Amino acid sequence: MALATKEKTDSALTGNGRGAGADKAFRIVALAAGLTTLLVLAAIVFSTTQRAWPAFAKMGLSYLTSTDWNPNQGQFGALAFIYGTFVVSVIAVVLAVPISIGIALFVTEVAPRRLRSAITTVMDLLAAVPSVVFGLWGFLVLRPQIKGIYNSIADFVHPIPVLNRVFGPSLSGQSFMTAGLIVGLMITPIITSITREVFLTVPRNDKDGALALGATRWEMIKGVVLPYSTSGISGAVMLGLGRAMGETIAIALVIGGSPQIVANLFAQGEAMPSVIAHNLNESSGDYQAALIGLGVVLFVLTVVINIGARALVIRFDRNLKGA
Amino acid sequence: MEEGHDVTQTETEIQHVPDVDLTIDVTPKVENTSADDHYPVVFDVKDLSVFYGSFRAVRDVGLPIRKHEVTAFIGPSGCGKTTVLRCFNRMNDLIDGARVEGTLTYHGVDLYDPKVNPVEVRRRIGMVFQKPNPFPKSIYDNVAYGPRIGGQKGDLDEIVEQALRRSALWDEVKDRLKKSALGLSGGQQQRLCIARAIAVNPEVILMDEPCSALDPIATGRIEDLMSEIKLDYTIVIVTHNMQQAARISDRCAFFTTEVNETSDVRTGVLVECDRTEKIFANPTDERTENYVTGRFG
Amino acid sequence: MSMLAAPPSPSFDDAEFDLLTVTLTRGRRWRDRAATSAMILSFFVAAIPLAAVMLVVVQKGQGVVRGDWFTNDIPTDIASAALAEKFGAVADPVVYGMQPAIIGTLFITGLASLIAIPIGILGAVYLNEYGKRRRLASAIRFLTDVMTGVPSVVMGIFIYTVWVLHFHQRTTFAGGLALSCLMLPIVVRSTEEMLKLVPDNLREASAALGTRTWRTTLGVVLPAALPGITSGCMLALARAAGETAPLLFTVGSISHFPGLAHLADQLGQQNTALSTQIFSNATQPGGEPLAWGAALTLIVMVLVLTLLARFVTARFASVRS
Repeated sequence: MALATKEKTDSALTGNGRGAGADKAFRIVALAAGLTTLLVLAAIVFSTTQRAWPAFAKMGLSYLTSTDWNPNQGQFGALAFIYGTFVVSVIAVVLAVPISIGIALFVTEVAPRRLRSAITTVMDLLAAVPSVVFGLWGFLVLRPQIKGIYNSIADFVHPIPVLNRVFGPSLSGQSFMTAGLIVGLMITPIITSITREVFLTVPRNDKDGALALGATRWEMIKGVVLPYSTSGISGAVMLGLGRAMGETIAIALVIGGSPQIVANLFAQGEAMPSVIAHNLNESSGDYQAALIGLGVVLFVLTVVINIGARALVIRFDRNLKGA
Repeated sequence: MEEGHDVTQTETEIQHVPDVDLTIDVTPKVENTSADDHYPVVFDVKDLSVFYGSFRAVRDVGLPIRKHEVTAFIGPSGCGKTTVLRCFNRMNDLIDGARVEGTLTYHGVDLYDPKVNPVEVRRRIGMVFQKPNPFPKSIYDNVAYGPRIGGQKGDLDEIVEQALRRSALWDEVKDRLKKSALGLSGGQQQRLCIARAIAVNPEVILMDEPCSALDPIATGRIEDLMSEIKLDYTIVIVTHNMQQAARISDRCAFFTTEVNETSDVRTGVLVECDRTEKIFANPTDERTENYVTGRFG
Repeated sequence: MSMLAAPPSPSFDDAEFDLLTVTLTRGRRWRDRAATSAMILSFFVAAIPLAAVMLVVVQKGQGVVRGDWFTNDIPTDIASAALAEKFGAVADPVVYGMQPAIIGTLFITGLASLIAIPIGILGAVYLNEYGKRRRLASAIRFLTDVMTGVPSVVMGIFIYTVWVLHFHQRTTFAGGLALSCLMLPIVVRSTEEMLKLVPDNLREASAALGTRTWRTTLGVVLPAALPGITSGCMLALARAAGETAPLLFTVGSISHFPGLAHLADQLGQQNTALSTQIFSNATQPGGEPLAWGAALTLIVMVLVLTLLARFVTARFASVRS
């Protein structure tokens, strides 16, 4: 057997050999695929802003601060829609957060093993139901029934000063509150899922420490689990807020389509995504630009909230690993 | 080889049973020993088995824990020492599928009686864990946690100071009580955990390898601490460190595992429980002798 | 150092102790129970409306979804029939059907998957096998996460501006594009998670045999992660099938399905989907039966997909262990 010459060995070891070209090509294809998300995101920002620009240019800052939305007269003040989005999202979050935390605590601290998967299944089912089905139910079933409830509450609260502004009479069952209720139901699964994961990271040792001192389970939760989880929970809440703000179809069906800034939660209103859903198809010119502009505002808002939420969750992760 | 024993629940008389030697040892002691077996029995364990699901982790344990003594559970890892320890304060309840058979009485009361509330049990029987687990609160709030939930409204300052003095930590932290407990060193954190446990005035303190996560100097300080506080509390300690057991304990319970030939299931068993001097100088069971002389383990 | 006499214990006295009461005051016990009840209650507050919605959909939808529901055109005479009924006139009974929408949902969602799944999987491969912790990869990962939070209506507006306004047409393809924008970040992230789960020693074993990364990825890593990836894609599909807003502005509306022979033509023509049908019929007088029927059909579709995805995950878990 002849000894391999130095050159031959050299080239055998250093040469690129077969497959190098394919590897490089594959890598480029994969990179391109990865960059696609960036591309799409950039395209969204660019194209929508461009289309909406005429409206921004025309209205200036009053686009965001004025309540005069008159497409026929070329006036586009979106404040009422921004208000509507804000109110519905806040109601949704205020309702969903305690419920989600309760469910998450139940699943992680209280429920026996067999119940846990049953409950998470129910949550998954809740998350799977499409938004339009919730909207349909809200419009055809909930709306007629809830009107009576609203009016009963309004009557009950009538003599009380501040409350009677917030819970006033309801013309139809469509209102900020109805939209808030349904959106709250819809964002519950995601807040539950994230807070559940947050609670699962609380170290067993710490929980045992509290219990070993003679704390009841609730005292242990209050003293150890919740303090540990504050930034994680805040992140989950913000993510839920972002989801609530972007919810379109369910809100479109139950909010009532009357843009107005009123304190009465039982009154009709309008929100950014729903006014777009109802009108974009038939719009043109400046009106169309203004509606697309609302989409831009929505996009910016949800992205900012999302980034804030992730920053909170990352900080939560770091606290955990640092401490 | 008999691993059981036979002891009455109340004070003094120890029945002399042939194969097991728990007689009062009247030969002169070498160094410190607490008095002989005249301390009352606090825990009496009979035929205790602990199951996780259908798996029997430890079987047929029987031993007494006496007041004002330090009882050490020794033996190789995985033979059920911590499992048995956690039975004394009902902490095993927290594990899904954990089940206990046999009897474990505390001052004559069956600890696993359905009427007994585990929360009450844990107030009287404290625990210090292997890895120090101070709460992410201030040093003061850590020690005050137990008394606070127990409804102690009055002067917490004094309780906190007392507890910290007793765990030999006061001098080191008295100027920074409001600082976070997480800023302390490992040894200090463990002493804080001991102070925290002491603050609720338990009768018994259970310790699950309290020094295994600490350096030798910190370990030494905690061992000294244990010798001091055993006069006020009854201590049961699980330890891997034989020398530590020899240094600080009055009584030792030696555990090992039995492997079932056919099913290859390992179950923990108590081999013997006796005064420390006897376990180390003149053990009754060959397995004990092999362990304490370092032949295995 | 020790004394032989036993000093009195600080607070205990064997006689006075009693395991059944004392420090656990009624207040503490009550608070603990109240907290547990509150937790259980929260579950029901979420579960009961879910049950109510499902029940109503089944109850109202099953009357319509029978026999030729799957083959009939969508009726266009709903409004006039409702009007006639209102005035007591006799009109021809409305023939309910949803065929175009059922096929539309399947077609558009399938199209979206064809676009989003390959790109998504390849993107995830880049992130986990090549880019890993490098800056570009971290940026892509972060922005993909951000993209999952973008509302679906924005995706609809995006394709509306870029395609519909540009080409002056609403088509199946445009709808597919809009849904694929929605699916893409979801597929990327869930696939990446699955790829992360594949243990490194598999990759090392392959590399030690002299295999290149691309071959290892295609031959070892992807097959190992396949069940998880499949499950993730099915969930993304289920989500896309239920979406309305992206299709609202991009797909238009039809009431008649031109037949399988013309399926390819449909790409450049208008179409409809179950979700948009529900939306438009919800508010139309006389349209309620259609809306409920479409809702039932859609929910069944989505649930089947979701359950299938879970089934795949469950089998994956058992294979792994």
